Amino acid sequence: MKKIEAVIKPFKLDDVKEALNEIGIQGMTISEVKGYGRQKGHKEIYRGAEYVVDFIPKIKIEIVVEADRVQQVVNCIRESANTGKIGDGKIFVIPVEEALRVRTGETGPDAI
Amino acid sequence: MRLNRLLTAGILSLIPFSPALASDGLNSGDTAWIIVSTALVMMMTPAGLALFYGGIARYKNLLNTFAMTLVAYCLASVIWMMWGYSIAFGPDIGGITGGLQHFFMAGIGVDSLSGSIPTYVFALFQMTFACITVALVLGSVVDRMKFSSWIVFTILWVTFIYAPVAHWVWGGGWMANMGALDFAGGTVVHINAGVAGLVLALVLGKRIGYGKEAMFPSSIALTALGAALLWFGWFGFNAGSQLAADGVAGSAFLVTNTSAAAGALTWMIIEWLVNKKPTVLGMASGIVSGLVAITPAAGFVNMPASLIIGLVAGALGFYSVAKIKPKLGYDDSLDAFGVHGVCGIWGALATGLFANPAVNEAGKGLFYGNPKQLWIQVISIVATAVFTAIGTLIIAYITKAVTGGLRVEQEDEIIGLDNSIHGERGFEIQ
Repeated sequence: MKKIEAVIKPFKLDDVKEALNEIGIQGMTISEVKGYGRQKGHKEIYRGAEYVVDFIPKIKIEIVVEADRVQQVVNCIRESANTGKIGDGKIFVIPVEEALRVRTGETGPDAI
Repeated sequence: MRLNRLLTAGILSLIPFSPALASDGLNSGDTAWIIVSTALVMMMTPAGLALFYGGIARYKNLLNTFAMTLVAYCLASVIWMMWGYSIAFGPDIGGITGGLQHFFMAGIGVDSLSGSIPTYVFALFQMTFACITVALVLGSVVDRMKFSSWIVFTILWVTFIYAPVAHWVWGGGWMANMGALDFAGGTVVHINAGVAGLVLALVLGKRIGYGKEAMFPSSIALTALGAALLWFGWFGFNAGSQLAADGVAGSAFLVTNTSAAAGALTWMIIEWLVNKKPTVLGMASGIVSGLVAITPAAGFVNMPASLIIGLVAGALGFYSVAKIKPKLGYDDSLDAFGVHGVCGIWGALATGLFANPAVNEAGKGLFYGNPKQLWIQVISIVATAVFTAIGTLIIAYITKAVTGGLRVEQEDEIIGLDNSIHGERGFEIQ
């Protein structure tokens, strides 16, 4: 099992969710996060006082899938979250040791 | 005309009440307009200024800014009726102050007149000016002043600074006798409040993190709404200051609106060129700059002059808060000095330049062949600034002694005054 963590532009969330639904991904966890990479922050000026806003709002999506589906999901997110402009985000793939469904106690791939 | 009316009012207040005189002099049209104007100006403080300032203050100090504005309005209201009115408009003593004959409104009844309106209406109209002037000062000191200190400061300042200066200009004092022109409060309100704010900001010191950490306004939307309410109320402030419903009041109304609009457009355009973004805060600030500058000139100048006054005010306001303030390094949190002080000085000078006898025979400026007027305006500006600066400094130190320091504890300042002083928060956002 692997966890896919994707940090994307907030307005792309619906596109990504729909694209993932189409390839049969039935659940995900998202969080509102802030950060910056090459896009850097932006500048706001109030009556001449210049403040740099370093951290830009992003959405982080977390999905756990079986190892053989990783490539498909990663491609799907990449295509649906892409705008071609700086700040589109990043995708990370992380190994997952165990999964457990709270209601039934199922473990491993059955619990995903 | 205003001066004549006020002199009449002063003389009337000396004469024991006479019903015959009263029934002859009252004008119901004038009275109705000043009652409405008073309500308009009232709204400027607890609504207009509170929103304008509260929106620029940081989110954690939004309610404290409202609280300081509200308490200033309430305190000045009470003080004015108890002794402020009498100091400003009581019988003149040596051109310096009014006597205390009207202490607690003594000697004034329902039939007393000031000019063509009831004295009660006149006193209330003037009260709203005292309220907004002291409330303007807090623009320099929000985010860090103790609430108790602000209360003590307000009481002393209205009594010992505002009321005497109002007497000098409008109560038949030495500035009026010298011929200084201040239609609706360029020196009395804006220079007075702006300089007092600057002095108090210097005594208080900078906010923790000033110049290093980002201090975002809590809501520019609130500020824009506040500016709109100030603009609306300012029609009562300026057109009401004629103390009559007549042509000069109409002219004051027109030039007030024109100058505000010109100020907003100028600030917006300069900011767009210099900083690449036409900000809403800039437009709101430009509105106030234009309004401040036209205030002393409102009943004296024509429309083209008001365009120039507003245009210069927008540019001056922008340069004073965005360029000059950072270089001088003082922390005038919401720019009470940068906008009200600087544009107030410009307005007082502009009155000496553009006062047009065709608009109002009481005022004749440099461009209409009376260079002496400009000199009189300079004296009135310098005298007001010096008196306010020294007086405010003394009051600040007295307040400091009474309340055991002027500033909140460091920890309270960092947490925010909404929480540490009032135990509330401005917004509950989930």
